[in-house]
Amino acid sequence: MRPHDILIPAAAGLCCKPGGFHIDPVRTVERALITHGHSDHARPGHGAVLATQETLDLMRLRYGDNFARSTQAIGYGEEIRLGDVRVRFHPAGHVLGSAQVAVTCEKTCIVAAGDYKDAPDPTCTPFEIVPCDVFITEATFGLPVFRHGNASAEVNKLLSSVALFPERAHLVGAYSLGKAQRVIALIRQAGYDAPIYLHGAMETITSYYQSRGVELGELRPVKGVRKADLAGTITLAPPSATSDIWTRRFPDPVTAFASGWMRVRARARQRGVELPLVISDHADWDGLTSTIAATGAGEIWVTHGQEDALVHWCTTQGLVARPLALVGYGDEDGDEALSASESAEA
Amino acid sequence: MNRFAELLDRLAYEPGRNNKLRLITNYLRSTKDPDRGYALAALTAALSFKHAKAGLIRELIAERTDPVLFALSYDYVGDLSETVALMWPTPRTHASSPPPCGEGSGVGGHNGSLASDHPPPQPSPARGEGARPAWGKGAGHNNPPPTLTDVVTTLSTLGKAELPAQLARWLDELDETGRWALLKLVTGGLRVGVSARLAKTAAAALGDKDAHDVELIWPGLAPPYLELFAWLEGRADKPVNLDPTPFRPVMLAHAIADNDFVGLDPTDYIAEWKWDGIRIQAVSGRDAEDNIVARLYSRTGEDITGSFPDLLPSLRLPGAIDGELLVLRDGRVQSFNVLQQRLNRKTVTPKLIKDYPIHLRAYDLLGDGDTDLRMLPFAERRARLENFIARLDDPRIDLSPTIAFADWDALTAARRDPAGAGASLDADAVEGVMLKRRDALYLPGRPKGQWWKWKHDPHIIDAVLMYAQRGHGKRSSYYSDYTFGVWTEGDSGDQLVPVGKAYFGFTDEELLQIDRFVRRNTTEKFGPVRHVVHEPDQGLVLEVAFEGLQRSPRHKSGVAMRFPRISRLRWDKPPREADRLETLERMLTADATIQSTTSSGGH
Repeated sequence: MRPHDILIPAAAGLCCKPGGFHIDPVRTVERALITHGHSDHARPGHGAVLATQETLDLMRLRYGDNFARSTQAIGYGEEIRLGDVRVRFHPAGHVLGSAQVAVTCEKTCIVAAGDYKDAPDPTCTPFEIVPCDVFITEATFGLPVFRHGNASAEVNKLLSSVALFPERAHLVGAYSLGKAQRVIALIRQAGYDAPIYLHGAMETITSYYQSRGVELGELRPVKGVRKADLAGTITLAPPSATSDIWTRRFPDPVTAFASGWMRVRARARQRGVELPLVISDHADWDGLTSTIAATGAGEIWVTHGQEDALVHWCTTQGLVARPLALVGYGDEDGDEALSASESAEA
Repeated sequence: MNRFAELLDRLAYEPGRNNKLRLITNYLRSTKDPDRGYALAALTAALSFKHAKAGLIRELIAERTDPVLFALSYDYVGDLSETVALMWPTPRTHASSPPPCGEGSGVGGHNGSLASDHPPPQPSPARGEGARPAWGKGAGHNNPPPTLTDVVTTLSTLGKAELPAQLARWLDELDETGRWALLKLVTGGLRVGVSARLAKTAAAALGDKDAHDVELIWPGLAPPYLELFAWLEGRADKPVNLDPTPFRPVMLAHAIADNDFVGLDPTDYIAEWKWDGIRIQAVSGRDAEDNIVARLYSRTGEDITGSFPDLLPSLRLPGAIDGELLVLRDGRVQSFNVLQQRLNRKTVTPKLIKDYPIHLRAYDLLGDGDTDLRMLPFAERRARLENFIARLDDPRIDLSPTIAFADWDALTAARRDPAGAGASLDADAVEGVMLKRRDALYLPGRPKGQWWKWKHDPHIIDAVLMYAQRGHGKRSSYYSDYTFGVWTEGDSGDQLVPVGKAYFGFTDEELLQIDRFVRRNTTEKFGPVRHVVHEPDQGLVLEVAFEGLQRSPRHKSGVAMRFPRISRLRWDKPPREADRLETLERMLTADATIQSTTSSGGH
């Protein structure tokens, strides 16, 4: 069987005809496999949803109990049969519960990696290389200028700024699912044990992380705290809130933003960021290229992001590569607007 | 180098002056000699070595990367040094690689532990910027990164032919931020928004000293400033300035308001014209070989001698003149717009010198020979100045005349009509009057009640707010930068054309009001910029004050304002009643026309 008879890009997303399902569909479908809980990948309204327990929980927190007609949880490494194919989930290292989906039909194995990163992250299971024939990779940071470096060093940058400006508040823009919790965990790893404050939109997901055993130390809602008491503190907030009138409750805030985009100065300046922190939940260029090589796949399909450069690189490596024109996926830091649940300032 | 790179990185993003100071002081305090001295030299532009050209950087990266990937990256990043700093191929040493997941590797196998430190076996990459090299490879890259001292001292002795290889070695050893800083340093121009003055102020703060104290001894110091730091940290005496032509921190005036005149006695004051030129300090002295050396400083102490070689021969007498740099043609002072042609030039051509003859109009004397006059009253200094200029007897240097006045009414009249009050043909270059107390000592900074400036009333127009942008730092949540426009005849009737940008002049309360207006009346958003409604009957009229107007081919409207600021919010005025471009065009002075004919003749 040829690879594109197994998985093919369709309007609703990546479609597996022999298995009768879509992966991360952007429109409602009968059966959906969801790689992770970010809203562009995990949408409500599907018939049956297969995902890790964490992803299902996160969807429930976001969309309510009736986000799908039926759900089924699958563990990492567990295999199930769907129609003519076998499906197995593997850790993607992107956020809590994120998974790569390996679809095997007869002798051909295709891995749809979803969003992934190969860098260490104390808040989720590390990424695994899954040997395969066809590897479907994202390309959010698919340019050789994106090398994300050591996230702990970026957090040290934040902490030394807090030490240098004790009379100012530090506001860290971080996406509320995954990035925020990772940043908090890294701050704790660096030995900072004072309470960390949270924007209202962060609270639900962060306490879910804690309930899954992720150690985040003492966290407090920032709402209701007196301005003067926020001097010398760290507050995590959704990126869009850090340029909002919401920030006026802080004493002379230093605006930080944790994102892979912060690698490029123009992007940081455009957003008015004073303390860019290069911390990404996506693989950087080195991560993408070394992962592609390590899967042993002879054919690479490149989805959302900077496809051109990555496809070109694959070609220079003697790999067959093509961009998959899938629409509807963004990177979580790129979009300015808050989802309805995030803008409610609880 | 990495610590210095971190500092530059932080400074590049930090908008606040005080915060910049804190960052620099903190760096100087926690960094050892001689690195910190070279850093201070870099920040004050006191380093001298041959700068690398962009072409060299391009060649280095072309040898190491795929041209297609470089083109895509450069296109995305938009800055050569930054692109090179980011994509320079080096082994990735920070992140661990994921373990392979063979068939049958169970779920629990890797859970809970961070990824191991060993990468999986993988095919060797054919190209450097591709897959990360296996451990053990790239052994040449294990050198420790260079210190700033290494870089500066090596560069100052390095031959041109050795530069590419040396630069490549350093780029191999540094991380992304380090490479970015190195490339900024070697290509010249850090451009992190730090003036030499600010860096010296930060250094002075190390020892709770005043920046003026550092300024005074600065010309006698050289990188890496060991004796300066020793003094600042209380380990040694104050270094002696042996420089024959030191900069003296300047004395500045307060703007006078109507109610300030109450209680001022006209007989206590001497009045002069306030010239629309560049304030400079012209210092001459004798060096160790008894030769005359002369230097020109800007009001912030920057050495601008190189820009005005034509003035140097006139500075024959040892002394320090405080005065205004002007362009004189046929004995007549030209407008600031004309003078501007001489500013910020990399090379000063004979043609430039001929077309824009430079002139110094003196109004104070800070030193006469070896005598420091600063602790004399102004009236006495003025007498010494008149004598000094007479002795000098040079056509390029003259005396700024005083204005005779009996009372404030007389001065008010003179200010309104400089031509009739003695400024005669130079009246167009007068931007107001200066009032100096007869007994004022020459005190650095802006001491209260000593010197006053009383400018002409600014030009005023009513313009319509068109776009707003968020500010920085404390203002980052406020729309505080405004682009405004006036009406002009367009293809389809009247339309607004932008004529300027302003980000101050309003009160905090007014800022809140405009911010609210912008948020409620946004028609489109482009990144940090908002389009604000600007229709004939809908929109906000801003009263804009400005100092002068200039033709500008770079602006769509064809005019550029000097020093525009918001003077009032005209909530009462509908946008259709705002001013028209024709009004501005009428304000363009004859000078601007003269200037455009000369400059077009020059090409």
